[in-house]
Amino acid sequence: MATLRLPRLIPRPRRYSTAASPSSRLNLPIDYKSTPLLHHTPATLSDTIDLPDSSTPKSMNLYQAINSALRTALSTSNKVMLFGEDVAFGGVFRCSMDLQTEFGSERVFNTPLTEQGIVGFAIGAAAQGMKPVAEIQFADYVFPAFDQIVNEAAKFRYREGATGVDIGGMVVRMPCGAVGHGALYHSQSPEALFAHIPGVQVVMPRSPSQAKGLLLSSIFESKNPVVFMEPKVLYRAAVEHVPNEYYTIPLNTAEVLKPGNDLTVISYGQPLYLCSAAIRAAERALGASIELIDLRTIYPWDRQTVLDSVRKTGRAIVVHESMINYGVGAEVAATIQDGAFLNLEAPVKRVAGWSTHTGLIYEKFIIPDVARIYDAIKQTLDY
Amino acid sequence: MESTLLGRVSCFSRPLSKVPRRWSSSISQRPGSDRVRFPGAINSKFTTEMTFTNPSNAPNIPTYRVMDSDGVLVDKSRKPMNVPNEEILSWYKNMLTVSVMDVVMFEAQRQGRLSFYMVSAGEEGISVGSAAALTPDDVVFAQYRETGVFQQRGFALKDFMSQLFANRHDNGRGRNMPVHYGCNYPRTHTISSTLATQIPQSSGAAYALKLQALQNPDTPPRIVACYFGEGAASEGDFHAGLNIAATRSCPIVFICRNNGYAISTPTLEQYRGDGIASRGLGYGIDTIRVDGNDIFAVYEAMRKARSIALQDGGKPVLIEAMSYRVSHHSTSDDSFAYRARVEVEDWKRRDNPIIRLRKWLENEGLWNEDLERDTRDQLRKAVLKEFGEAERKKKPAIREAFEGVYEEVTEEAEAQMKELKRIIETYPEEYDLRQFHEGINGL
Repeated sequence: MATLRLPRLIPRPRRYSTAASPSSRLNLPIDYKSTPLLHHTPATLSDTIDLPDSSTPKSMNLYQAINSALRTALSTSNKVMLFGEDVAFGGVFRCSMDLQTEFGSERVFNTPLTEQGIVGFAIGAAAQGMKPVAEIQFADYVFPAFDQIVNEAAKFRYREGATGVDIGGMVVRMPCGAVGHGALYHSQSPEALFAHIPGVQVVMPRSPSQAKGLLLSSIFESKNPVVFMEPKVLYRAAVEHVPNEYYTIPLNTAEVLKPGNDLTVISYGQPLYLCSAAIRAAERALGASIELIDLRTIYPWDRQTVLDSVRKTGRAIVVHESMINYGVGAEVAATIQDGAFLNLEAPVKRVAGWSTHTGLIYEKFIIPDVARIYDAIKQTLDY
Repeated sequence: MESTLLGRVSCFSRPLSKVPRRWSSSISQRPGSDRVRFPGAINSKFTTEMTFTNPSNAPNIPTYRVMDSDGVLVDKSRKPMNVPNEEILSWYKNMLTVSVMDVVMFEAQRQGRLSFYMVSAGEEGISVGSAAALTPDDVVFAQYRETGVFQQRGFALKDFMSQLFANRHDNGRGRNMPVHYGCNYPRTHTISSTLATQIPQSSGAAYALKLQALQNPDTPPRIVACYFGEGAASEGDFHAGLNIAATRSCPIVFICRNNGYAISTPTLEQYRGDGIASRGLGYGIDTIRVDGNDIFAVYEAMRKARSIALQDGGKPVLIEAMSYRVSHHSTSDDSFAYRARVEVEDWKRRDNPIIRLRKWLENEGLWNEDLERDTRDQLRKAVLKEFGEAERKKKPAIREAFEGVYEEVTEEAEAQMKELKRIIETYPEEYDLRQFHEGINGL
């Protein structure tokens, strides 16, 4: 039988996604093996996470860290249940690998393909005291569940009032963000939509160790429904040392990743790696000292850490991947001008996705890159 | 099975060999079979006759009834109800209470003394009869026209009135519109206005009860009862909730109140199938249609449904209770804008769950005109007494507007409360705080 033979393409760049320009000096691929944002050795872990002495860190990527967090959660409490589309065989991103085998099909299971059903189901289970961790396969598909999140999950405790019933312990996990070729429906980051809703906590980790600590916090320490967004481009790319045991990272504090005196860059999730690269280039080229802050929890967020930083530096840039219009940057910038007006020496700049959709071949031009962040740093310092 | 629920399975195993693996869900084909075992429909036979299954050829699902509209048991040979007469009398009084309260509160809303009200005239039998078959440990999710469920489950007149007037004793702390009742125990979740959202939630709650029963065999058997109207059944959440309940085998009874109208929309514009009941079969759910004006039929169906729901660890059931919405949709609706007054008058005369049970009670010598008049008088007095007290009570403290959004008041909310306080203190003539508990200090 004749088979269709395609000529093997020799230069390796993937033709289906836009590659960096061969002459790039700023927009280079992120080298996750050398970025200062990841714990390449166990030694640096204790700088950021309060670990027990018996800590036995293990090198993991983001999906493995999520898997480790879920395994820890399922063994810590039999109230924890894990469900969504295709989670039983391990999940389309492998986050629930082996968990059904280990914990049984009663606690780890597939649901029918219905996002509104999945979130509604989680709300009901949480209302009866369980700790449901629901998975939405892509953040792009959370919108059918928007009503359940906005009108039900977020308002549950408030409307129950003196009955004392709440749905703390409920977590909705969803992979989010651009991945190079996700186009319209495998690239979105709707965190700003959820950050507009009182009653839910919105969290986005940047790394494996952070993901585990924040996810365990969301399940066990938060008494509020949590929208937990996982940058899927990091699932396999970001590798670092992650403690094996149970630990948590608080949901109400930002983290100063790198101190500096001349400018504050505020971001969260994957763009932090771009910010880090842009800061390195800018510090080298412009001789400035730049502070980098990871919000970690997008709402309710840590205003104090951000304001303290900007009052010190006098300049600020907010960076995020999702669209600029009414994005998280708008709230952060407005808060800065309100809380640090007399310290500001330049307008607060927002570097974010353009106000369009993520057309397949245009992704690289739409979401922030190192060049755009570098340029914003330069403009803000020069102002 | 229990060990898998409580922790890791010790015999953790993964296929080590290259032997082709067959999953438990895999389906094999027997040679010479009269059907292909397509995974999506494993029991479908082949046919050479090309026939479209036409819903109008299928028999309509019958309506179960126990007594006729004269309060006479239809099947003379049936065994008597296994319920003491005192209990049946309490059902009757509960239906009357709802009915008396409805008349008073509807009028009170017309006088502008509360912002909103919804009566359940014609549907008292569905809510009281079904709730009577539940235990206090069962969990209820309701839509909003189930006042009888709250009444049957022990919600007191004072509780109703506190909620309706949003005073300091309101469980909802003055946050919800009237008739959005809620109770921790017997757990009857606080009503939310969004239609059908409670349906997948109730499936999740039922699954939680199932899991908790597996993990702790000492827990009493519990089910979830989920109420909704036939209009709400058009929402996507109905589909999601029933389908999930079926695939996860949840101990739940769905009760659809099919009263013929969703505000102005008659059922002909709501669906074209055989009501809501016919859909239950499509989801693989045991289903029954009952006469909602017959409290005995509703009670018996619910009792049986409850026991089916508890079978094999969990099994959803759908009850479609037929009735007629005698009243306006709400105090914001004039139903004569879309239906004839004579049609409503007909229904009021022809059939009604309260009158039907009253006839049965009178036939049994348990009730008479004097008892009826005295009971109605007492109920009316009791309602008016609680009404007056609730109306005079202060509203909750203003801080309740900000509390309960998160478990703890956020820094942002603290700052906003402080700012609101400053505004009120700066412009005291603009705000009347006399009604609120602790006045400005309540902030």
